[in-house]
Amino acid sequence: MIASDDMHDFFLQPFIEFGFMRRALVACVALGLAFGPVGTLLVLRRMSLAGDAISHAVLPGAAIGYILVGVSLPAMGIGGFIAAALMAMLASGVARWTSQKEDSSLAAFYLIALALGVLLISLNGSSIDLLHLLFGSVLALDTDSLILIAGTTSVTWLVLAIIWRPLLIECFDPVFLKSANGHGALMHQLFMLLVVLNLVAAFQALGTLMAVGLMMLPATAARYWTHDSGMLAAVSSTVGAFSGAAGLLLSYHANLPSGPAIVLVAGVIYLISLLVGTRDSLRLKWWPTYKHREN
Amino acid sequence: MATCLASRSFAQPALARGFLGASSVNNVMKNGISLHNVTLAYRGHPAVHHVTGQFEAGSLTALIGPNGAGKSTLVSAIAGHLKPVQGEILFDADATSHRPDIAYLPQQSMIDRSFPVRVRDLVGIGAWQHIGMFGKMDANTQRTIEQAITTVGLRGFEDRHINELSVGQMQRVLFARVLIQDAPIILLDEPFNALDERTIHDLVHVMEHWHQEGRTVIAVLHDFHLVKHHFPESLLLAREVIDWGKTADVLKPSNLERLRQMTESWDENAAWCQRVESSGAIHTHG
Repeated sequence: MIASDDMHDFFLQPFIEFGFMRRALVACVALGLAFGPVGTLLVLRRMSLAGDAISHAVLPGAAIGYILVGVSLPAMGIGGFIAAALMAMLASGVARWTSQKEDSSLAAFYLIALALGVLLISLNGSSIDLLHLLFGSVLALDTDSLILIAGTTSVTWLVLAIIWRPLLIECFDPVFLKSANGHGALMHQLFMLLVVLNLVAAFQALGTLMAVGLMMLPATAARYWTHDSGMLAAVSSTVGAFSGAAGLLLSYHANLPSGPAIVLVAGVIYLISLLVGTRDSLRLKWWPTYKHREN
Repeated sequence: MATCLASRSFAQPALARGFLGASSVNNVMKNGISLHNVTLAYRGHPAVHHVTGQFEAGSLTALIGPNGAGKSTLVSAIAGHLKPVQGEILFDADATSHRPDIAYLPQQSMIDRSFPVRVRDLVGIGAWQHIGMFGKMDANTQRTIEQAITTVGLRGFEDRHINELSVGQMQRVLFARVLIQDAPIILLDEPFNALDERTIHDLVHVMEHWHQEGRTVIAVLHDFHLVKHHFPESLLLAREVIDWGKTADVLKPSNLERLRQMTESWDENAAWCQRVESSGAIHTHG
């Protein structure tokens, strides 16, 4: 029974013993579940970089909230939400307004947002505050933050359940949806709003730098295992929730910062998927099968 | 025209009927399209210039002309994706600019072929007008989808992903989706480009069946041989209407000579067009 006791100590004891670990676990699992379908859709729409830019835009918004009100979840959340929503509009608009390639503009935007955020916080706070905003403080979540995260996850799943069909069609054949009067633009905007909401909900737990990691890495990893849009969302939700739980345990036992630990677990899963996944992985490219059927 | 999915005219496999079953929709549909002085422009330069005329209800028209003649532009305007800078496009249904259901098949490059979607699902998207966001894919719809897939010759491909299909198979899938859309007006932009003879033969067959059912079909084409043999009407476009009518009359040598003389370039300094037949913006004379 020694092994079983060890297992118990390793996997369960931290959560049984410490309330902050339980709250962190709930937050990470909820975020992982919501990030699954959102990240999948971002990947399918080739908007990974837009997610990055939106996440970085939370920082200056939250900083302004912090400067005006101090450490207050509502103020920093609202500030972050406004800034991220502005960035989402910019990100959507840039492709439409100019003929420049989207990716360079998005890279420019997020660098500007990051620099602006760091500058604002450095002027008005200590370096500790900056680290918290960039990398999150998942072990210090209060009930209000948990409600925001859980509420965001619920809203995300509900809205996606409603608009999933037109949203997917809009992804790969927008011309059809336009002909069929399927309100493609509205679906796109609703989806971008969900992206913003998710990243704002996540910034306190994971920080503006790490949040987008838990959103994009599981979704990217899932592409090496399945090819079906529903399965992609399911796999990346599972990977996200698992990364959250495993990263927390890792950070507890090895005494590592929790946000980076969670994202690193997701990163390792991504690398494993890239190497040995069942679709388009390096394994299949390096050791292709030369067998083929007669017909 | 039957609006219920289950009672579609193609509810039986069309191939089994040899596409010969007379359709009852013919005299019911009011699906003509009339163009009144339509000018379509990009950045002030006309892509289509003062087009006036009528696609009769139930007509099958080939839209022909050289590259840059504005064929795709005109079709996308009829589909409602581009607003005329001048003139208007009216639909017979109630003789207003209100658009009836239109099945619009743009050139293939518009679809993201890497997107993870199966043949069955892509064809099923054609039922959007009938089931919308929440409607259920009931057994009838499923059956109709399978029949459409059979009609275009892709039985057995239902669960393939679209990135595993050849260009010809993909076009068959898109035709199956148009079948499901069951629209009174069908617009096809270069539907037979880069396809082998057998695929063209099969898809022309499907298209002629739409014609027999009384749908108004307009197809952008380059292959005069196809036009001669399968399209009763033709519209010869070189930014302006060169000729519009019976195919045999349109394809006469003097018209084809005019085509060769059309220039693709724009004159940046051209005078503003003064042919203002109704109010609207002015545009440069190309």
